[in-house]
Amino acid sequence: MTKFFQFFGDLKEKYTAGEREKVYSPLRVMVFKEVSDQVRSWRFIILGALMVLTCMGSLYTALTNLAKAVKPHDPASHLFFLKLFTLSDGTLPPFHVFVTFLGPLIGISLGFDAINAEQNNRTLSRIMAQPVHRDYLINAKFIAALIVISVMFFALNLLVVGAGMIIIGIPPTLGEFLRILSFLILTILYVAFWLNLSILFSVKFRQAATSALTSIAIWIFFSVFYQIIIKLIAKAIIPSPYSAPPGLIIKYQKLVLGLSRLAPGHLFRDATTTLLVPSVRSLGPLTMRQVYGTIPGPLPLGQSLLIVWPQLTGLIAATVLCFAFSYLSFMRKEIRSS
Amino acid sequence: MKERIISENIIEFVELTKQYGTLTAVDHLNLTITRGEIFGLLGPNGAGKSTTILMMLGLTEPTSGRALVGGINATVFPVEVKRRVGYLPDNVGFYQDMTGLENLVYIARLNRLSHREATERAVGLLDRVGLTEAAGKKTGKYSRGMIQRLGLADVLIKNPDIIVLDEPTLGIDPRGIREFLDLIVRLSREENLTVLLSSHHLQQVQQVCDRVGIFVSGKLIAKGDVATLSAKLFSGEPYIIEAGVHLTGDADDPASPGQPAAVGGLRDTLLRMEGVSAVSYRGGHMKISCAGDLSAEIARAIVASGAALNTLSKKEYGLDDIYRRYFEKQEAS
Repeated sequence: MTKFFQFFGDLKEKYTAGEREKVYSPLRVMVFKEVSDQVRSWRFIILGALMVLTCMGSLYTALTNLAKAVKPHDPASHLFFLKLFTLSDGTLPPFHVFVTFLGPLIGISLGFDAINAEQNNRTLSRIMAQPVHRDYLINAKFIAALIVISVMFFALNLLVVGAGMIIIGIPPTLGEFLRILSFLILTILYVAFWLNLSILFSVKFRQAATSALTSIAIWIFFSVFYQIIIKLIAKAIIPSPYSAPPGLIIKYQKLVLGLSRLAPGHLFRDATTTLLVPSVRSLGPLTMRQVYGTIPGPLPLGQSLLIVWPQLTGLIAATVLCFAFSYLSFMRKEIRSS
Repeated sequence: MKERIISENIIEFVELTKQYGTLTAVDHLNLTITRGEIFGLLGPNGAGKSTTILMMLGLTEPTSGRALVGGINATVFPVEVKRRVGYLPDNVGFYQDMTGLENLVYIARLNRLSHREATERAVGLLDRVGLTEAAGKKTGKYSRGMIQRLGLADVLIKNPDIIVLDEPTLGIDPRGIREFLDLIVRLSREENLTVLLSSHHLQQVQQVCDRVGIFVSGKLIAKGDVATLSAKLFSGEPYIIEAGVHLTGDADDPASPGQPAAVGGLRDTLLRMEGVSAVSYRGGHMKISCAGDLSAEIARAIVASGAALNTLSKKEYGLDDIYRRYFEKQEAS
C-alpha cells in the first residue's frame, strides 16, 4: 500500500500542476505515448549506442586524417569544416556512408512492429473503440518515430560539430552549417523512407518477424544485390567504346545511372556527396566540352541544392508513396480482436 | 440505487447486413434495445455476434442497413458513437510494459480528460473493480481474471451510456465468472447503463440478462426474456412436475431394488387422476407429466398414499433447453 502511494507521489513530481490540468488532443496523447515507448525500448537504446559509436569512429578517423587533407592551394579551403563528415583513410567509412548503411536499419527497427504488435497484443481493437479517428493510430506511430529519428540525428550531428569545433578550433561558416543542416534533413528523409516501408509491412504482415525480415531483405537487396545486378546488365549491353557513336555511349551511361538510381540508397549517397563535398558539380556523365574551361572550385549551396533536387524529390516521393500505401491498407484493415 | 427507466430506444439495428464475399455474416438484422436494459446476444461461434458489435461501433462498414446508437448512425459518425459506448473486445489486451493504472490513464486521456482527472477516475475505478493492490503492477503480470476486471474499468472510464461486452467471461474460472457477472450487474444498475453482452455460455447469460437474442448463422431467430421464449417454444409441451418421494419401509427393499412395491400403487393412483399422462420413478424422484398445473392435487395424493413428500417442483425450461430446441428446429427445417 505504501508503495502504491509512493507511486503517486512520484507521478505528482513528474508533472507540474499546469501540465496535469491540460487537455490534449487524442493524437498528441498518442504521439507522447509512442515516443516514450520508443525511447524506453531496448532496441532504441542499442541503436542509439550504435549510432554514437559510428559518430565517434568517423570523427576520430576524420580528425586523424585532417592534417593530411590540408593542401596549400585548395580552392575549397574555406570549406574545411565539412571534411569532418567526409574524410576517411579507408579503415572506416566516413560518416555519410555509414549513415547510408545504418539509416535503413534504424528506420526498419522503429517501424516493423508498429501495427502488428498492437494486433498481437490485442490492444488494437481496444484503442480503435475509443473516440479517435482510425488514422490517428498510424499517424501517431509515424510522427512519433519521425520525432525520435530527428532528435537523435540532430543531437548526434550537432555534437559532432561541437566536438569538431573544440578539437580543430575552426568554427563552420554559415554555408557549411547550412550544408550540414541540409544533410541532416536529407538523412531524416532517407530514414523516414525505410520507416514507412517497414510500417507498410507491419500493416500487411501479422507476424512482426515476417515484417522485419521482409524489410531487411529489401534493404540488403538494394545495398548489395541490386548493384551486382546493375553491373551484370551494364556489362551485357555495353556498346563498343571504339565503334559506337558518342550519343549511344551517353545514352548507355544514362541508362545505367538511371537504373542504379532506383535504389534509395544510391539517391541518398548522390545527394549527400553533393551536399557535403561542394566541389561535386554533376551527378551524371559530363562531356569534355562541358568540363573544358571550368575553374575548379566549390559550388555555392544553392547550386549544390539544385543538383540534388531530383534526388530529393525522388526520396520524398518514395517516402510519401510508402506512407500512402500503409495508410490505405490500414484504413481498409478489418479490426478484429482475434 | 437509481430507478431504471426503460423507455428510450438506445440501440437500433435496421435491416443490418454484412457480407464477406459470398458469406453473409449478419443477415437483415432488426433489433431494438432500450435504455438500461441488459441484453444478451447468444449464439455459437461465427454466428455474427462480433460482426454486429463491430458494425455498431463503426469499426466495420455494413453492406446495407443501419446501426443507430442513441439515434446516431455508427457508420457515418463513429467517433460520436464511440464517445458514448464502452467496448470490451473478447480476449482484450493491454500494453504489457505499462502498469494497470497507466493503461487506464492513457485511455482516459484519449477520451479528452486531463492527466489529473484521468488519474483520479482511474484510481476510483481500480478500487471499484478490486484492483487497487495491483494498480502499480505491469499488466503483463496480471492474471486472466485481473485483465478482465481491468477491461471493465477500461470500458467504464469514459463514463459511457452503453457498454458492450464481447464474450466477457471467456477464460475465467467459475468463481471469477460469478464475481465478474455480479460486478457487471451491480455497476450497470448503479450507473443506469445499457449493457449488450455476447456469449455462448448460456447459463451465465441467463443469470444476468433481462432479454436475450438468439443468433444463428447471421440471423436473429428469437428474442425476448427467458420466460417468454420458453412459453412460446414449449407451449404444446406437457407440464412436468418433479416430486422427491420417500416411501417408508419399501425404500431399502433388497428384493426389488429401485422399484419398491409401493411405487406401483402410487403410480396407479396418480395415473388415475384426470390430466396426468405419464409417471416415471427413479431413485426417489418421481416425474409426472400432466396437462395443467396439478401440483396441489399431486401433493395431496402422494401424502394420502402414506409416502413422505420431500420436494415438489415444476420443471422450468432454461436457456439450455430453449437453445437446444431452436437448433433442433433449425436442423429439421
